[in-house]
Amino acid sequence: MARELWKGNEAIAEAAVRAGLEAYFGYPITPQTELLEYLAVRMPALGRAFLQAESELAAINMVYGAAVAGARTMTSSSSPGVSLMQEALSYIAATEVPMVLVDMMRGGPGLGNLAPTQADYFQLVKGGGHGDYRPIVLAPDSVQEAVDLTYVSFDLAERYRNIVIIAADGNIGQMMEPVEMPPLRERPPVGSVDRGWELTGAVGRPRRIAHSLNLSPEEMARVNASLQNKAAAIAAHEVRYSERFAEDADLLVVAFGSAARIAQTAVRQAREEGLNVGLFRPISLFPFPTDRLAHLATRAQRLLVVELNAGQMLEDVRLAAGAYAPIDFFGRMGGVLPMPDEIYDAIRSAYPHVGGNGNGKGKRSLPAGMRPLTGSWSERMSLN
Amino acid sequence: MEHQIIISGFGGQGVLFAGQLLAYAGLAEGKHVTWIPSYGPEMRGGTANCTVILSDEEIGSPQIRYPSAVIALNPPSLVKYAKLVKPGGCLVLDASLIDSRAGREDVREIAVRAKEIAEGLGYPQMANVVAIGALVAATGALRMETVEDVLIAKTARKRPEMREPNLAALRAGAAVATATVH
Repeated sequence: MARELWKGNEAIAEAAVRAGLEAYFGYPITPQTELLEYLAVRMPALGRAFLQAESELAAINMVYGAAVAGARTMTSSSSPGVSLMQEALSYIAATEVPMVLVDMMRGGPGLGNLAPTQADYFQLVKGGGHGDYRPIVLAPDSVQEAVDLTYVSFDLAERYRNIVIIAADGNIGQMMEPVEMPPLRERPPVGSVDRGWELTGAVGRPRRIAHSLNLSPEEMARVNASLQNKAAAIAAHEVRYSERFAEDADLLVVAFGSAARIAQTAVRQAREEGLNVGLFRPISLFPFPTDRLAHLATRAQRLLVVELNAGQMLEDVRLAAGAYAPIDFFGRMGGVLPMPDEIYDAIRSAYPHVGGNGNGKGKRSLPAGMRPLTGSWSERMSLN
Repeated sequence: MEHQIIISGFGGQGVLFAGQLLAYAGLAEGKHVTWIPSYGPEMRGGTANCTVILSDEEIGSPQIRYPSAVIALNPPSLVKYAKLVKPGGCLVLDASLIDSRAGREDVREIAVRAKEIAEGLGYPQMANVVAIGALVAATGALRMETVEDVLIAKTARKRPEMREPNLAALRAGAAVATATVH
């Protein structure tokens, strides 16, 4: 298959189509709108369902209905729109039906702005809606990876009867890069096979009720246990990450998505100048690559977490690796993108053998935007 | 080898298309490429820019602070980017719209009257193509034939009469770059 130039939003849309997407419901919001716009043409042309709802709230509840009916279904939005969807996402999680959500994160909180951020890590990774549930969250750092993850996300959603979220930002959505598209797959039509959750009529099988109301605590606890078992299985089988020079790095940079792309340039420059620096990039944010990161942290002398937020994945890095290595943080908020040279400066400053801070001991000066980590969150914030 | 190119001007000058032209040509030559626009609440007459990276190796950040080449199609773009071009880099500006110059000793500055040349061809909207011709000739980032092929494919496939004016615009820009002694 030839490589073609694709814009991130449109590439994700086409990948979903090729994965057998049968029903899309959405509402426009920058920087995600091209995704919906693309499907508005492509889906009807294939005889599949496309509907621009009157709001994100309506769109996600239509997705709920389509999922219960057995369709391969998805929606997409950006931060404020995804906030609106949280109630239904919780219902969908409780009902244990599969769906895919694409979130092109933008500046927040509030209506915020249109610029790329990673400020919704907590919301996406830690649940977002109420109740104990864990969506699978996948964070691409290129248009090709966005395509590959979208393609596989529908299979994961159905395998685990779980929500899968593609967590990206405007940088991924708006960027054009060469892509090799996967082949178009046809899914056996709804009703032709029984997938185990869909409501297609109970002729010849016991009746099935799709619901999220569990009034009896014992019944709720059984659902909770099922969700937790599922999360454990996901954590055991679906961890994804990428590494560059990570195995022997003295300083290990940890970043995901867009931030990892920027960090990659800085890490390469530092390597060229003889610094023993590596990059660890979680691709699955849930399940977080805890074990691998812990292993690497026992070898690295120091970690530097880079995010487009105030330090959210940082908490998962500290849980995984905090016992093994000191951790620095570099963050940019509000959609202000750091340039590679800023992350390079942060690397130089954090590097174990530079600036008199061998093995993380001693005083050192930090560039703007970078803070030393202490035990207390409020202490960290007051340094900003 | 990596070329980091920023193209900047007013919305409506074809800044984003000019960048895509480079990206498509880079892809045709088997390079790693990224194209990323400034996006947001933009409108005709507002500023627009895009960053294109063409590389023999995998590309990290799609945005960079210090480009190796810049096309400035309006005065604010020259002010913004003239000081950021890497030493040894290249700066193409539309001299029919910009009176000032960067005047840097360490940068190859090419003042091309892109809009006037395009108007002379009967298509004022082709100033961006003139500038691309100058940039490609000055940097050697791509083979001119590749850019010509892509340009024809993108502009003249459905409108064959656009083929010659586009090629003329591209070549006129290249000629200015070649003639600019530095």
